[in-house]
Amino acid sequence: MGGSANGATDLSSEMEVDAFRRLFPLRFHERHLLESVRPDARSLGKARETSLALGAVASADGSALAKIGCTTMLAAIKMEVMTPAKETPDEGCVAIDFHMPPICSPIVRPGRPAEAAPVVSKQLSDTIISSGMIDLKELSLVSGKAAWMAYLDIYCLDADGSLFDAALLAAAAAFSHLQIPVVSLNDDGRIVVVSKEKEGEKPKNKPVNEEKRKLKLRSIPFALTCILHKNYILADPTAEEESIMETLITIVLDSSCQLVSLYKPGGPALAYESVVQDCIALSRQRVKELQKILNEAILDMEVD
Amino acid sequence: MEVDRADGRTPNQRRPVVCTRGILHRAHGSASWAQGDTKVIAAVYGPKSGTRKNENPEKACIEVIWKPKTGQSGKPEREYEMVMKKTLQSICLLNVHPNTTTSIIIQVVNDDGALLPCAINAACAALVDAGTPLKHLAVAVCCCMSENGQILLDPSKIEEQKVKAFVYLVFPNSIASVLPEGSLRPGGEVTELGILTSVTHGVMAVDDYFSCLKLGRPAAAELSDFLRNSLKLKAGSDPSKAG
Repeated sequence: MGGSANGATDLSSEMEVDAFRRLFPLRFHERHLLESVRPDARSLGKARETSLALGAVASADGSALAKIGCTTMLAAIKMEVMTPAKETPDEGCVAIDFHMPPICSPIVRPGRPAEAAPVVSKQLSDTIISSGMIDLKELSLVSGKAAWMAYLDIYCLDADGSLFDAALLAAAAAFSHLQIPVVSLNDDGRIVVVSKEKEGEKPKNKPVNEEKRKLKLRSIPFALTCILHKNYILADPTAEEESIMETLITIVLDSSCQLVSLYKPGGPALAYESVVQDCIALSRQRVKELQKILNEAILDMEVD
Repeated sequence: MEVDRADGRTPNQRRPVVCTRGILHRAHGSASWAQGDTKVIAAVYGPKSGTRKNENPEKACIEVIWKPKTGQSGKPEREYEMVMKKTLQSICLLNVHPNTTTSIIIQVVNDDGALLPCAINAACAALVDAGTPLKHLAVAVCCCMSENGQILLDPSKIEEQKVKAFVYLVFPNSIASVLPEGSLRPGGEVTELGILTSVTHGVMAVDDYFSCLKLGRPAAAELSDFLRNSLKLKAGSDPSKAG
């Protein structure tokens, strides 16, 4: 801003839009904000079009592909049997990992992991575990002997802003698609997975869980990231917007509108109480939208 | 209201804070910050020439390296580094030394709750000690919601594990430092401090968050007074103490 911004005022009438956008990105966005519109023709508080497809990975026990605008996340869950920890003999475990391969963005280079990946990964596991969406007791098989370990891996295929929102949506969708496989105790007292081919015939040993079952999910968390810039609040920013206006605030609410997380890591703009209230109001709307999208995706899956 | 905090504190009582600056000989700036039994040492090296990859060379780059008390740094440490980096970036004047990197190394000495706020306060004191140009200071506090809906300030490790949710809040230091007489607005209202950084853990009602904010603000103001007083003392002089 400053001197260059004043210079831009004079030039803006003569310059091509694309050149102006590259040379004075902040000025370009602010001109849009003045008209209460964003470069992709959204209004300030509107999120991008969101779609969800369950069962995107056939070999996984639960999977989902979530798209928010161009941001694409693929989540898949693999279930394995493990011995539960001594402190929690009747609880299973969830391990969450978030990957940003070089395909997703020009700032990720092969060999060097992206800076953002471990941070998003940590945030995801904090949010999913502390929200109480999954009852870990449901993942227990034989108390003290065997329990499920759910490995949730989320791959970012296209990183175009609001990574955490899309990753959380994909994770929640994968868990709602998850079908826990049938397992039985064999003669050695070990847990074995009953394979699909044998499912028709009567298994020798009584299965520990009779049939494939779904997890009961309580209060699913949904996230909305907003940019704070001057007096504007921009919901669901793209990567371009995130790189130009640096103050991000991510609010996670569950289906009953309890606050699961309010994450604002620094940034030049301060969040005043009224601004936080406005962001929470936007998130409340977004939770309803996302809930509807998730329910529709589950219905579609059941019809098929 | 009756509470039973293990150490006999009232809900909105902080633990004693100790800040010592200039404790490391080779660092350009250093400070240790202790809140009760939580203690963190921060060292600042820089500005060194050049920025890291993917950073804007027209501005100064801030790098935070978090060293845990034991073991290797993993995901939680990466997250702390990221939160601290973004927080410190927003209080530093990045245009003064373009194309340089300032490294802040955080060494955890002991973790007894409110670790991240303690580290942010330590880093802030170390940056002042190094003479890094800053817009203002940042003060960090931790509030937590106990099961019975009570809000406790500056929890210890055991309290942090017991409570259903806790919030780390970072505020800019109170405006009193800039305008000694003008900390009140013409209207007579105390200027509301905006949130610089907020990190929460656990599920809580939206109203509870705002109650935490209400409790955190005066605590942050107290801390910022303490920080200002301790920074006035010259490095190397007696460590200052406050309750």
